[in-house]
Amino acid sequence: MNSVGVVKPQTLHFAEPLTLECNRTLPSFELIIETYGTLNSDKSNAVLICHALSGSHHAAGFHSDNDKKAGWWDNMIGPNKSIDTNRFFVVCVNNIGSCFGSTGPTSINPESSKAQVYGPDFPLVTIKDWVKTQAMLSDRLEIDVWHAVVGGSMGGMQALQWAADYPSRLKRCVVIASTPKLSAQNIAFNEVARQSILSDPDFKNGRYLQAGTYPRRGLILARMVGHITYLTDDAMKAKFGRDLKSGKFMYGYDVEFQVESYLRYQGERFSENFDANTYLLMTKALDYFDPTRDYPLTQSAQPIDSLVPEELLASSLVESVKADSSEDELAKTLADSADIDNISASNHQELTALKAAFAHTECQYLIVSFTTDWRFAPERSQEIVDALMATGKPVSYINVDAPHGHDSFLFDIPRYMGAVKGFLNAPFMTDNQSKNSQQKLGARS
Amino acid sequence: MRMDHQLAERWIAPYSHVLDLGCGNGELLAHLQQNRGVTGYGLEIDEDKINEAIANGLSIVEQDLNDGLARFADNSFDTVVMARALQAVKSPDVLLLDMLRVAREAVITFPNFAHWQNRIHLGLKGIMPVSEALPYEWYNTPNIHLCTFKDFEKLCAQHDIHIINRFAVSDSEKGHSSLMTALIRRAPNLLADVAIYRVSKQKPE
Repeated sequence: MNSVGVVKPQTLHFAEPLTLECNRTLPSFELIIETYGTLNSDKSNAVLICHALSGSHHAAGFHSDNDKKAGWWDNMIGPNKSIDTNRFFVVCVNNIGSCFGSTGPTSINPESSKAQVYGPDFPLVTIKDWVKTQAMLSDRLEIDVWHAVVGGSMGGMQALQWAADYPSRLKRCVVIASTPKLSAQNIAFNEVARQSILSDPDFKNGRYLQAGTYPRRGLILARMVGHITYLTDDAMKAKFGRDLKSGKFMYGYDVEFQVESYLRYQGERFSENFDANTYLLMTKALDYFDPTRDYPLTQSAQPIDSLVPEELLASSLVESVKADSSEDELAKTLADSADIDNISASNHQELTALKAAFAHTECQYLIVSFTTDWRFAPERSQEIVDALMATGKPVSYINVDAPHGHDSFLFDIPRYMGAVKGFLNAPFMTDNQSKNSQQKLGARS
Repeated sequence: MRMDHQLAERWIAPYSHVLDLGCGNGELLAHLQQNRGVTGYGLEIDEDKINEAIANGLSIVEQDLNDGLARFADNSFDTVVMARALQAVKSPDVLLLDMLRVAREAVITFPNFAHWQNRIHLGLKGIMPVSEALPYEWYNTPNIHLCTFKDFEKLCAQHDIHIINRFAVSDSEKGHSSLMTALIRRAPNLLADVAIYRVSKQKPE
């Protein structure tokens, strides 16, 4: 048996007010977590798992003896697995804003008059906010330093933010199938997903729970779009090809191709257990992620506040995701935007910004990408690697050949699993790696 | 430790920053790190070797050397090491110059195609040589740009690359005798099967 077995989530209450990046404050909040393995006496064997967009605190094991479906990263976490629960004390936390138990849009808003749920009034949260709550959780668990912080996709962004925000609190950082920030194309996909929810007549400005409706169709559509970006053309071809359900063309708009049936099924399953406001909020958190914002470059740097207008951040969830570009603004943006020929110059600027963001970090990194991931392509991971190498940080990088696209990080791929295991168990490099090379780099520049 | 690694180590300054191209399982890098306080990165494409090196606590980045070193800034390392990989890349001349762009010095080892055994294989037997230093058949060898010591030194001269030091050695057991060492010194291009070169774009002081 190599499963952590039956696990029980715990809910932790934080009574202190939490001020978020958007300048709004939650008077108190709750985090739901799961832990696997045992914390050792000097509390040096703790590994924090950060979840992706649709993930939760339930990363490994089962919730009951009859539970057929294991946690989302069960092939990674367990006895003798890559994140070995015989050796490590593993903590997985559900982020605030989620709909799986931590305080989010489906929680009761303590400031509402009739004990109503937050719904669209839940503030927009950022990756940085999540990491802040995870640091508060670390304090509660009395874990000063994590052996490692590990995450895939959106989880990888949290791991990176950890390295930047709490450099002395983690020794290793594992960033899988992630990106230093979303590209315009990534944001565009998120916007399509959000618009499909916002335009569902059952959305009711986000107050669907009070109205007794649910934007099911919008959520299904949002998930279908997302799902397509997580897979690859080859993977879909191998799984469905152009196979027809009934074997012939029906000349109508019902499900005819197997792939249509699959997408609808996935969308429907998702819409049954995911909250629409949470989906909106989490995709916004993805869009906002940018670890370089806190480390503006002295030259040609915009003031932080100008990047996201104050009123946008402070406004409620629904208002903020409404399309707001007037034609004049759009024309100006297009006119001002860099010519496509200037891409290499902007890449160079990106590298410089990333170097500034990671220069002060103290952990050792493992960056993993997958060859067929086009949502967060290997080149995006390599941007992180290049910035880390340019500042002399200890970093290893593998680009794993896998056919499953972005979803590869959830699959049991021996090379990938082996690298994570090896990295977590490797002797920690003496810190002369960074100090020594930083001196060299400093002396030359 | 492999002989070319032992010799390469002599030319790498303690506490320096090193890039090891085609680092394999990171044997040399690990040794340099533990014994000389050296820091740096290894580039490798063999998946199993990368995983082995990562498990040893090394910083290894998966990269094909044929893609060049554009990701590294000028002079970002003290020394670039490349042990027995030069002959396997598509444009060894371009890579060599790139190495001397990212570091002040390069330490390079490669098999000598003019070694007497290779000459016998090709000259007398008429077949492509297979030896300790070149352990592949012609159809499955990764070595696509074999050269001799003379060829390499000619390339260096053409590109104003200074040879600071050179060791020509025999990798086989019998090559370790003092007689053989003396003979190799007289006729390295004929008698040595592996060379370790220390080169730089700057004139040695």
